[in-house]
Amino acid sequence: MSKLRVVHYINNFFAGVGGEEKADIPPQARDGVVGPGLALSKALGEEAEIVGTIICGDSYFGENTKSAKEEMLKLIEMYNPDIFVAGPAFNAGRYGFACGEMATFIEEELQIPVVSAMYKENPGVDMFKRDMHIIETEISAADMRNAVPKMAKLVLKLAKGEEVGSPAEEGYHERGIRVNYFHEKRGSERGVGLLVKKMNGEECVTEYPMPVFDRVDPLPAVADITKVKVAIVTSGGIVPQGNPDRIESSSATKYGIYDISGMNDLSADDFMTVHGGYDRAFVTENPNLVVPLDVMREMEQEGVIGELANYFVTTTGTGTSVGNAKGFGEHFARKLVEDGVGAVILTST
Amino acid sequence: MRLELGKIKITDVQPGEVTKVENGTLFVNKQELIDLAMKDDRIKGVKVEFARPGESVRIAPVKDVIEPRVKVSGTGAMFPGMINKVKTVGSGRTHALVGANVITCGKIVGFQEGIIDMSGPTAKYTPFSETFNVCIVIEPVDNLETHDYEQAARLAGLKIGALVGEAGRNVEPDEVVVYETKPIAEQTAQYPNLPKVGYIHMLQSQGLLHDTFYYGVDAKQMVPTFMYPTEIMDGAITSGNCVAPCDKVTTFHHLNNPVIEDLYKRHGKDLNFIGVILTNENVFLADKERSSDMVGKFVEFLGLDGVIITEEGYGNPDTDLMMNCKKSTEAGAKVVLITDEFPGRDGKSQSLADAVPEADTLVSCGNGNVIVEFPPMDKVIGTLDYVETMIGGYEGSLRKDGSIEAEIQIIIASTIANGYNTLSAKMY
Amino acid sequence: MVKEVERAGIPVVHLATVVPISLTIGANRIVPGIGIPYPLGDPTLGEVKSKKIRRSIVEQALTALQTEVDGQTVFEM
Repeated sequence: MSKLRVVHYINNFFAGVGGEEKADIPPQARDGVVGPGLALSKALGEEAEIVGTIICGDSYFGENTKSAKEEMLKLIEMYNPDIFVAGPAFNAGRYGFACGEMATFIEEELQIPVVSAMYKENPGVDMFKRDMHIIETEISAADMRNAVPKMAKLVLKLAKGEEVGSPAEEGYHERGIRVNYFHEKRGSERGVGLLVKKMNGEECVTEYPMPVFDRVDPLPAVADITKVKVAIVTSGGIVPQGNPDRIESSSATKYGIYDISGMNDLSADDFMTVHGGYDRAFVTENPNLVVPLDVMREMEQEGVIGELANYFVTTTGTGTSVGNAKGFGEHFARKLVEDGVGAVILTST
Repeated sequence: MRLELGKIKITDVQPGEVTKVENGTLFVNKQELIDLAMKDDRIKGVKVEFARPGESVRIAPVKDVIEPRVKVSGTGAMFPGMINKVKTVGSGRTHALVGANVITCGKIVGFQEGIIDMSGPTAKYTPFSETFNVCIVIEPVDNLETHDYEQAARLAGLKIGALVGEAGRNVEPDEVVVYETKPIAEQTAQYPNLPKVGYIHMLQSQGLLHDTFYYGVDAKQMVPTFMYPTEIMDGAITSGNCVAPCDKVTTFHHLNNPVIEDLYKRHGKDLNFIGVILTNENVFLADKERSSDMVGKFVEFLGLDGVIITEEGYGNPDTDLMMNCKKSTEAGAKVVLITDEFPGRDGKSQSLADAVPEADTLVSCGNGNVIVEFPPMDKVIGTLDYVETMIGGYEGSLRKDGSIEAEIQIIIASTIANGYNTLSAKMY
Repeated sequence: MVKEVERAGIPVVHLATVVPISLTIGANRIVPGIGIPYPLGDPTLGEVKSKKIRRSIVEQALTALQTEVDGQTVFEM
């Protein structure tokens, strides 16, 4: 069995090239190990070897991220790696950013397992923990001899397709991913147990901490809506009869854009709803209850709004993950911008 | 109220001349069940088929699951207000055929009905892969209006559940469990040093295939009320819904409510189980506010030190859950929530649609968005025609060989948010 | 989706029945709908009245779009 091939990414400081004054060095490749690669190599043992080390200055990476990534991809590809290790970056912010960007990029491009390591306050942790494993380290490089073996152990597991354990077991930062498992006790028994503890003032740990939703600053008001093109978006699941794009009744993986030009209202003959989370009877009779085309067309004709976009955007809101919804939003918002839409009315059931 | 629940263990189901229980085997006269269901002229045809644990059988689309029970003594009869006269139940003696179930299925009403596999990798997600099931495949008359079809199927299930339950009337139970809750002043006085606990039971009440009934009253039309825990064991609450199959609280689950059972297990030991506050999950914001205000009022009025709250469904009922949590906390109780999660197939999104800071102690019943493989089964009871439009299904879910790829949402009661199962989720 | 539209620079108003959810997830301009099975109208009152209600909700939505807000704001009818 040949050894797994590892490429290691480090910065100017750990490469021994220099400190801050050398943070602007462009990407370069060296065969074999450099600096902390020696410790990593020992930790990887017989199963893997570091065939190449890629070095880049933290400032250079920060200022030329796109081109640096492309350039390093070419250098990395030449080593034909099975594994990519970045850092450890400890508390160095620019280095953490570079490690996270490179690791997630390489994982996607080359489809190989990746790992890095950072201190909890390194901004790279919050930015990348969802998309990759980041071993938790102490604040300074003095923790190298604890961090490196954990990185090696975890990335070898990933490479061999072995099951990765919990954050506590493997030593990586909690990623915020929910994973199913079967407990020995049923939920109601656990619930009663937690309640008794809580009433007695004892410590009890929740099985799911409340989610946090991000915020966006409100945009300035529309100055004059009589001059603006308005578009309708809905999560109520309104689709053309027959649901030609097979949008799901719950947990939608797609959205649709449907033409309404020339229509004065949404006819029940032409449109239906697929949303699985509400009693559809009313909307089936009159889809305008969710996509108010009838009144908005009148308002357009009366000059109350400048123009109505000639399509509406739709998906199913129930059971649909925030991740998916965000993705849809990012995607169709671009089209809305391109089409000169100046305001959106988004309806939800 | 004091109820003796006699549990008769069923270890097989077989066709027979007479519907009866003998040495643990439930014999079923299929024709008797068919004749009973066919009395409703909204039903065109009925088939009765058996599904046993370990068999290569898939049942779909499942509407409800009913455990056969019979009231042997005490006022009232099973499922009061639905198939029997309205009369307060929950006292005396009731026999249950434990390990047997009546399952209604057949052409889909909506799209929230689900799947049960009796063997294979997904069997572990539903408790009904381990019970001996009498499946009633219902065919409605042509062009039957959906609300009518739902009702016809629902009543057929309850009637047959009660009919089969009769077989247990004169059988000596294998185990008798006694449950007792006294009127509040006595109950409080019985264990003066133990914290007083209530169970806030949220009932799905959102319309077609999203309804629940309390003594025959549509929960949409209720305001929160108080119930002795044993009333539920005699069928005071019945299911008229299939919110999303994974979340569905079947009539079986009402009869066997796990929170009530587990609270009773510690009743008198480290808690004083006072009773159940019933509330609903309506589709109007004002109703949500009103119901949760009244729940908070009950918590204060009953002097509860702690409450457990369970929800049926996900999405907008998460708001009811949070409102109940907040107002119960404000009324002075410690609160524990039991719910399931929908953080997306990759587990990375937020699991709930709503959140309040008071919801700091929660039991998770698992992520319903996870995709699983269902191998083909030798026999299908019902039909697989609707899999791709059922919740949890999607384009391409159903393959030609009968295998399915879908979210576990599509499995009956897989992530049921009352804590009946052991499935949970942790943070990675 | 509401937040992504706003992030892209297009003012947006959320017509939502379950206002608490809209507030929790972070919409900035919110107008309450009538009910989950019929957010924009009330068919139980007949088509004519229902359409009037729909019109007034959408008008309120346009008002919301044209009103400066400095944080999440619910524009009650």
